[in-house]
Amino acid sequence: MGAHLQSDAVLLRAEHLGRSVPGKILVADATFDVHRGETLAIVGPSGSGKTSLLRLLNRLDEPTSGTEFLDGADYRQLAPPELRRRVGMVMQRPYLFPGTVAENLRFGPRQRGEEMPDDQVDKLLAGVGLVGYAARNVAYLSGGEAQRVSFARTLANAPEVLLLDEPTSALDDDAKAEVEGLMQKVVRERGLTCVLVTHDSAQAARLAKRALLLEAGRIVRDGPVGEVPGA
Amino acid sequence: MLKTLFHGQLQLGLAQAAVAALAALLVVLAARRRGIHLEKELMIAMVRGLVQIVAVGSILLLLLHAPDWTSVFLLVSMIVAAGATSARRAKGMPEAFRVSTYSIACGAGSVIALMTWLGVIDTPITTLVPVGSMLIANAMNTNSLALNRFRSEVLAHVGEIDTALALGADGRSSVAPYVQTSFEASLIPAIDSLRSLGIVWIPGLMAGMLLSGARPVYAAIYQFVVLAMIFASSGLTSLVSTLLMRTRVMSPAEQLVLRPEN
Repeated sequence: MGAHLQSDAVLLRAEHLGRSVPGKILVADATFDVHRGETLAIVGPSGSGKTSLLRLLNRLDEPTSGTEFLDGADYRQLAPPELRRRVGMVMQRPYLFPGTVAENLRFGPRQRGEEMPDDQVDKLLAGVGLVGYAARNVAYLSGGEAQRVSFARTLANAPEVLLLDEPTSALDDDAKAEVEGLMQKVVRERGLTCVLVTHDSAQAARLAKRALLLEAGRIVRDGPVGEVPGA
Repeated sequence: MLKTLFHGQLQLGLAQAAVAALAALLVVLAARRRGIHLEKELMIAMVRGLVQIVAVGSILLLLLHAPDWTSVFLLVSMIVAAGATSARRAKGMPEAFRVSTYSIACGAGSVIALMTWLGVIDTPITTLVPVGSMLIANAMNTNSLALNRFRSEVLAHVGEIDTALALGADGRSSVAPYVQTSFEASLIPAIDSLRSLGIVWIPGLMAGMLLSGARPVYAAIYQFVVLAMIFASSGLTSLVSTLLMRTRVMSPAEQLVLRPEN
């Protein structure tokens, strides 16, 4: 991902983004830019607000302060389903819906009334190394396979920004390396803009050039991966 | 045995209530041995139930000669009380009291009104209030089951719901599978009652009609009528309740607001 040439255009801009719940500040005053084609890593200790910040970027949670601009437009002006199609998310656990792999891949487009043709399903599966898996029941997939289906399902929406929430942390070492390599390849090929949450500094260094360090919900460092402690 | 010890009807009734309550307490003790604590809830429910039913019996005695329209006030009060009782089963769910009361009013209220207008339920207060209260009580139970199940389903599937939202689904579609499960589960008692009618149980209403001299076939048919009305009012209540709650667990920006920490 880091090898991809970056454009200077800002695709996503968080401005004073914050979220607090009674008695606790989850994210405070987060301001940063993500450039088109860039992969930004968010690192920090457990409970520092990494996932909370990521969930604000596709408005899965409501910010209590600040806002975000997606390609120059305030994201509060966008319908949430449309925003989430454009800012896709891969979660820590795959949460596949009961049924076949193909049904899972068709879920996103179906929300907009689009039916994804078989050849497109096959193409997406080939991209994540799962040729011939379309008709398989998701109940019988391994952890690594399930996470790859989850990744392909997010790609089926053709997002402009990809939010990756510790996508390999629930996998064993072999599957982890496999899924990480695959994500790196797909992101590079498609020139996707990524925001990656990880607690693994080596992974941050492999996948991103720039990192944000979060502590107690606040961004305390923003810079090249090698210069950000913990990244 | 009790009849040989107690000769007055009131004393006999109290003795029978004490024995029946003792049976319930034995179950509580058995549950306690397995680490399940129902003591407080059951004691409060039994004392409340006894006081309430005796109070209503006394009021009914006074209302025997009251004009028929007073039934409306009694039934409306019952609907509000049912809504409050049911809402307690939906801890943490937004606007549970309003949703419960509105759903029971829609489900039981509309069936009572329609059936009274069609002549299926007689208008005298001595018929309308007891039959109406049966429909309201069953609608309340169904509503409690529906909300309780919906809450559990949503809390157990937060990850799946967030995933559906993150893939561009709207709030309603994201919780649709859990609305359906809750609706179906809430109707199991009503369906089983209809299915087992006459085989597993002979309901109290039919027994009462037989004791008061009604023809057995008419008593049997009317019992079926009551159970069919119970199913209709319970089903409608559950349908309205789950559909209303479906929108309340989502924020205007299509975010799931019912979460484990709530």
